[in-house]
Amino acid sequence: MPPSAVPARLQLDGITKRFPGTLANDAIDLRVQPGEIHALLGENGAGKSTLVKIVYGLVAADEGQIVWEGREVVVTDPRAARALGIAMVFQHFSLFDALTVVENVALGLPPGERLDRLAERVVSVADAYGLPLDPHRPVHRLSVGERQRIEIVRALLQRPKLLVMDEPTSVLTPQEVDRLFETLRQLRDEGVSVLYISHKLEEIRSLCDAATILRRGRVVARLDPRAETAAGLGAIMVGTDIRPPRHDRSETTGPVRLAVAGLSQAATEPGESPLVDVAFEVRAGEILGIAGVAGNGQGELLAALGGERLSPPATISLDGGEIGALDVRARRARGLVYVPEERLGHGSVGDLSLTDNTLLSGLRAQALGMLGFLDRGVARRFAGVVVDRFGVATTGPAAVARSLSGGNLQKFLMGRELLQEPRVVVCGQPTWGVDAGAAAAIHQALFDLAAAGAAIVVVSQDLDELFLLADRIAVLNVGRLSSPLPAERLDAERVGLLMGGVHGETVDA
Amino acid sequence: MLRLERRAAPSPVMRFVTPLLAVAMSILAGGALFAVLGHDPVRALYGFFVGPVTTTYGVAELAVKATPLILIALGLSLGFRAGVWNIGAEGQLTLGALAGGGLAAVVFHDATGPWLLPSMLLAGAVSGLAWAAIPAFLRTRFGVNEILVSLMLAYVALLVLSTLVHGPWRDPDGFNFPQSRYFPDSGLMPIVVDGTRLHVGFPLALLVAGIVWLMLARTVIGFQLDVTGLAPKAASFAGFHPDRTVWFAFLVSGGLAGIAGVIEVAGPVGGQLVPVISPGYGFTAIIVAFLGRLHPVGIVLAALVVALSYLGGENLQITQRLPEAVTGVFQGFLLFFLLAADVLVRYRVRLTSARAAS
Repeated sequence: MPPSAVPARLQLDGITKRFPGTLANDAIDLRVQPGEIHALLGENGAGKSTLVKIVYGLVAADEGQIVWEGREVVVTDPRAARALGIAMVFQHFSLFDALTVVENVALGLPPGERLDRLAERVVSVADAYGLPLDPHRPVHRLSVGERQRIEIVRALLQRPKLLVMDEPTSVLTPQEVDRLFETLRQLRDEGVSVLYISHKLEEIRSLCDAATILRRGRVVARLDPRAETAAGLGAIMVGTDIRPPRHDRSETTGPVRLAVAGLSQAATEPGESPLVDVAFEVRAGEILGIAGVAGNGQGELLAALGGERLSPPATISLDGGEIGALDVRARRARGLVYVPEERLGHGSVGDLSLTDNTLLSGLRAQALGMLGFLDRGVARRFAGVVVDRFGVATTGPAAVARSLSGGNLQKFLMGRELLQEPRVVVCGQPTWGVDAGAAAAIHQALFDLAAAGAAIVVVSQDLDELFLLADRIAVLNVGRLSSPLPAERLDAERVGLLMGGVHGETVDA
Repeated sequence: MLRLERRAAPSPVMRFVTPLLAVAMSILAGGALFAVLGHDPVRALYGFFVGPVTTTYGVAELAVKATPLILIALGLSLGFRAGVWNIGAEGQLTLGALAGGGLAAVVFHDATGPWLLPSMLLAGAVSGLAWAAIPAFLRTRFGVNEILVSLMLAYVALLVLSTLVHGPWRDPDGFNFPQSRYFPDSGLMPIVVDGTRLHVGFPLALLVAGIVWLMLARTVIGFQLDVTGLAPKAASFAGFHPDRTVWFAFLVSGGLAGIAGVIEVAGPVGGQLVPVISPGYGFTAIIVAFLGRLHPVGIVLAALVVALSYLGGENLQITQRLPEAVTGVFQGFLLFFLLAADVLVRYRVRLTSARAAS
């Protein structure tokens, strides 16, 4: 189709945006045709989010212009974007847990419509696009996939001509991903354009008609992703060939390092998941993957293993010693390190320097002097070593954690734990939102530790990651853990079914 | 058009500039207020800010008023850094004054030994921290909001003081005035500059500021307070127990407030217990702590500024017959403008171009 016949739905010409210290977008040109699913691909910090925020009116560009259906426009704020026909589904949902689906939808729309009328419209849109949704259920009762549907339905109710989706699949089961893709293809066939942000290369190859690849704020390629291999796309995105992590899967017959038996915990606060009779063993040199849809007890299991929540002594043991009743620091002293799911605010303090952040978990080992005095010189050197060894892009140990991109902060947090020569590693979402290059480095580090004899537990919602890393995989569903099975005897379909029993359905493993 | 834009990281420069900005804005707003009230703003501002410190005695008074503010604000700042809100330092000050003063005025009113004053300070510290232990216990054991409990206990403490000086502790030779016996000389704060009321409490407060600085900058407990305040979940990840943080913050701030109470009754109040022993130092110290950026050096400077507002108010009352409420108004301005200016730490003001604004 020659571009002159129909004007592009969205055309960006020379968009440039500077932030203090960085050039987030450098003269970016982008063209999205009507009825096209267009991938915006790039590593963390490549400038994807900034660009779509400019399109949606959340950030003003310093230079360049936006042309909408052949007409130059100025998008001052999201309301102006919506008036043009641009809708956006964010990576992080903006929903009120205590309100129902339809109430949440109403909050995102201009006021004035009666709720029962709106509920009918929600149902009709949801049915038309295969997004089953009960408008009167409170949000806190819904799975993550269902919550995302609310956001999508809210966007579709505005009859958009361009739907922007920011990493929509990172929290979905494989079955939910398939359903989402059907919806997006249906929208495309109706002439809606989709701007699809992701770094999952296989997804982009199967879904998208065109791709624009960003690297360090610049467009480095425009291509048809269906004609490329995933490795080829990854290489263009990162700028070098990604070296796939290497791991010789030797027969793991080492001694049992970490044993969990009969670990149960009641949910004490609303929104928490209980843990029900969780049991597993991990041997030296072995990686156990724990899959599951978010909110099924991952955070609670990590807290119980890491020592933020205590249990009866015998429920958890490390090298035969009971550690259930030991707190975080006592467990660290015994060689159990722990990387929580949330990077900022849990694994690190955003406003403190990297040096100080090493003290969070490395206090005893690294820098505790006499009488409770801290030796920050030691901490600074340790932070420097982490930065060097894990290739963390930062100005140095004095940089505050918040200033690092997500991937770099994750490399730092993983490195902080892994350099403490752990015997057991427990980590949640090790590469969530991390670009391919950083993910490969983190995976390699985990393999190296396993090879050195550590027992490793990885809790992740990314099945590809678990199949890559894990020797055995178990699934967490409503606080119950299925019995771990060797990864080669499982496939995504089977794990997906185990994960999908969000409302109590179970599948025998 | 003006627009607020979030900074990539909180501005360290602005952290120091905004308190100065708040002081400047308070002076401007105060001048406007004087003008509206029909007073010459320049003369009134001079009388408020400069007049009180034109003499040695005035400068010494400034230090005398700043002493309790420094001690209390230092203690409060520890908790505020960690998100623990002790709002009842006035009560802990009162209990400290009662214990120390009771020792001097009731139990040992004939004592002459040099041990009396240290014992009074110790008794004050212990009862101040004991009073602060009540909200700490209720918070850690039952999850009761410490702001409400500590605040309400402040009023209870004031009533206890009132009951005692009106009743059992009233001076038998005091013509029925509601006041205790005078302390013996060994129970008074030694004066360090003759001809003024400047006592050893001020250097003591500066010493405590140094210790607190060292603790915050160099020790695990200081790090723990900061982490707890900035990211409670990260504190849990680090293995810092939240209950211990609450206890630490309350006990230290209560103890320091108790010491401040003893220093007041054994110093400027004149060596006896009276129904009113503090013009609200325990509450004003909250403003001092924030104006001083919860930093020991900042707190010393902020305490001097706020102490000046007490002296300035008194001076205007005497020389220009303005109501003493001017002091409270100025303190209110300070806190208000500080909170308003603080937005500049995380945001910058941008002039947006006409095109983007249209």
